[in-house]
Amino acid sequence: MTDQSVFVGADVGSSRTKLAVLNTKKQLVGFSIKKSGTDFTATSNTCLDLALKMAGVTPGHIVHTVSTGYGRKNVEFSSATKTEISCHARGCYHYFPLAITIIDIGGQDNKVIKLDDQGRRLNFKMNRKCAAGTGAFLEEMALRLDIPVEDMNDLASQSQNMERLGSFCTVFSGTEVLEKIRNGKKVPDIVKGLFFSVIRRVMEMDSLTENVVMTGGVVAHNPYLVTMTEELIGRKIRVAEHPQLTGAVGAALYAMNGK
Amino acid sequence: MAEEKEKKRLKIKATGQMQKIMADYFYELNDAARDRSKPIAWCTSVGPAELLRAMGFLVHFPENHGAMLGATRMATDMIPEANAIGYTPTICSYLTADIGAYLKGVTPLSKAYKGIDSLPKPDVLVFNTNQCRDVQDWFAWYGDEFNVPVIGIYTHRGVKDVGEALVTSVAQQIKDLIPTLEEVSGNKFDMEELKRVLALSRECSDLWQKVLFTAGTIPSPLTFFDGTIHMGPAVVLRGTQPAIDYYKLLLAELEERIENHVAAVDGEKYRIYWEGMPVWGRLSAHSKLFAGLDANVLASTYCNSWIFSDFDENDPFHSMARAYTQLFIVRSDDAKEAYIKRMLDYFKVDGIVYHDAMTCPNNSNCRYGMAQRLEKETGIPSLIINGDLNDLRMLSDEQTKTNVEAFIEQLEERKG
Ligand code: SF4
Repeated sequence: MTDQSVFVGADVGSSRTKLAVLNTKKQLVGFSIKKSGTDFTATSNTCLDLALKMAGVTPGHIVHTVSTGYGRKNVEFSSATKTEISCHARGCYHYFPLAITIIDIGGQDNKVIKLDDQGRRLNFKMNRKCAAGTGAFLEEMALRLDIPVEDMNDLASQSQNMERLGSFCTVFSGTEVLEKIRNGKKVPDIVKGLFFSVIRRVMEMDSLTENVVMTGGVVAHNPYLVTMTEELIGRKIRVAEHPQLTGAVGAALYAMNGK
Repeated sequence: MAEEKEKKRLKIKATGQMQKIMADYFYELNDAARDRSKPIAWCTSVGPAELLRAMGFLVHFPENHGAMLGATRMATDMIPEANAIGYTPTICSYLTADIGAYLKGVTPLSKAYKGIDSLPKPDVLVFNTNQCRDVQDWFAWYGDEFNVPVIGIYTHRGVKDVGEALVTSVAQQIKDLIPTLEEVSGNKFDMEELKRVLALSRECSDLWQKVLFTAGTIPSPLTFFDGTIHMGPAVVLRGTQPAIDYYKLLLAELEERIENHVAAVDGEKYRIYWEGMPVWGRLSAHSKLFAGLDANVLASTYCNSWIFSDFDENDPFHSMARAYTQLFIVRSDDAKEAYIKRMLDYFKVDGIVYHDAMTCPNNSNCRYGMAQRLEKETGIPSLIINGDLNDLRMLSDEQTKTNVEAFIEQLEERKG
């Protein structure tokens, strides 16, 4: 191993591929995020090139790579795989070495993971088959509202009077949204209601312990979700510097253990 | 990333013999239905089969047929037929698959057994509500269709202790079936014959229990997935000699494995208890998935459901009533939890997988906080997977896979 040796974690999610490069001091020296698309292998290769370039190293400097996420088996350059649940846990504990409950809101699924103060997993829950409460739900609703999904965070934070949605189901929620538009409700109020609905779906999955960490792409792009969750549970929530990368960082930490 | 090597899963040599006695069973039913040589009863899987046999009936079990529809992955195409006549997608998918297949005029039996084109027409349908209400509705539909009597035993469910009042009531209800059965079969009830059949059924049950309990050995010579296949005779042939002979053969094979320290799953590292029904259309996929992670799902409440240790030929009605009411599925959550705890201990279990089957609340025991309570009391981690016994529209293979892999990673961390 040299000073330039690195460990790579590749998190191939159903929506985005995230790549993290750690140096031997566990510092994040390179990363990249791209749409996963339909060719997971090609996308992970592109992500690797970009992240290595950012880290200023070449493939020859990679000691180990661990891949994770939906497309974890499609990564050509990885030497082992781990599930995203283990990797998110590892990544979050790296930033917050405490007994924590992790809420990960991803493109297609949500996870709630509980760790003890040694970082050992106590249990985990993944959402059911339904998209309710995931990034896919927000994308679908943005379509109904005819707004870019990137605008949702700002719109929600402007709301004065949240419009609650009653339904569990994405399709039913769509109908509810249309009804609210018809009744002249304001878009920011509806968007805030949608955010609230996402949070409710996640909170139904498991109880929360004292220290809560939020991660995932949806959180990264919609920090107002964190503010709303804090208001709801009445305490501060921890968020890592790059919330979308915690799974990839966790995978790189596994790579460091030679796994 | 190279695909993982497939793990060695040991095949059971006795399987051929089991297939033979199951074939004999189906052909006998088919011949009797064709020639009208013997009366035919349809019975629920934990219904009073011994009484029916003792009165000269051949017995068909619609749940067994439902499971065959599931295992052959025909069920998902049949279910919509029943949905369309008002039996909704969220009720028992044995019922909807079975009625759907009847409406379409198909059966997996005709693929497996040349010459069998349809189910053996019933002369009577007999249920016990000890397992659920769906069986009653299911049999009522066929009762109308074939214009034959539907009779049954109404058992209270959710009971903690199986008290005398309940047992006496069920025993009386079993007796009350006799006049109709005599009329339909033309045979007189014979107490000695019932005692004989019950003794055979008890022997079958004892042997089946011994078979299942070989999995208490480390490494286990048996898997839950084997159990779901090899339980066939314990369900449909209990009370007959071929079932007994078969389980003696199977037991000898498993005992030989134990003697030679042969594992059903090569390199068994994690011992898993399965709580709930199998996903019939994914037996092989799930078996591979767990084995590939060095995990053996080796025991279950489900396969244990055909253990009737209370059968006593000297007190037939009372002991049948007790046995059919003592069953796990009939009981309250605290009785169920005490039972599972004993099993976790006996089978030296590292983790529990609960299958929350969308269409069978009766076998999905994780809906009222049981998983959390047991985890707290025993410290044994658990995982809930969402799926169904028969309806493959209700499951996501990818989510199951990720959940199971993550669960085994969790157990690995614990073992260190
Ligand atoms: S117990 Fe469940 S699977 Fe069995 S017949 Fe009843 S509802 Fe169907």
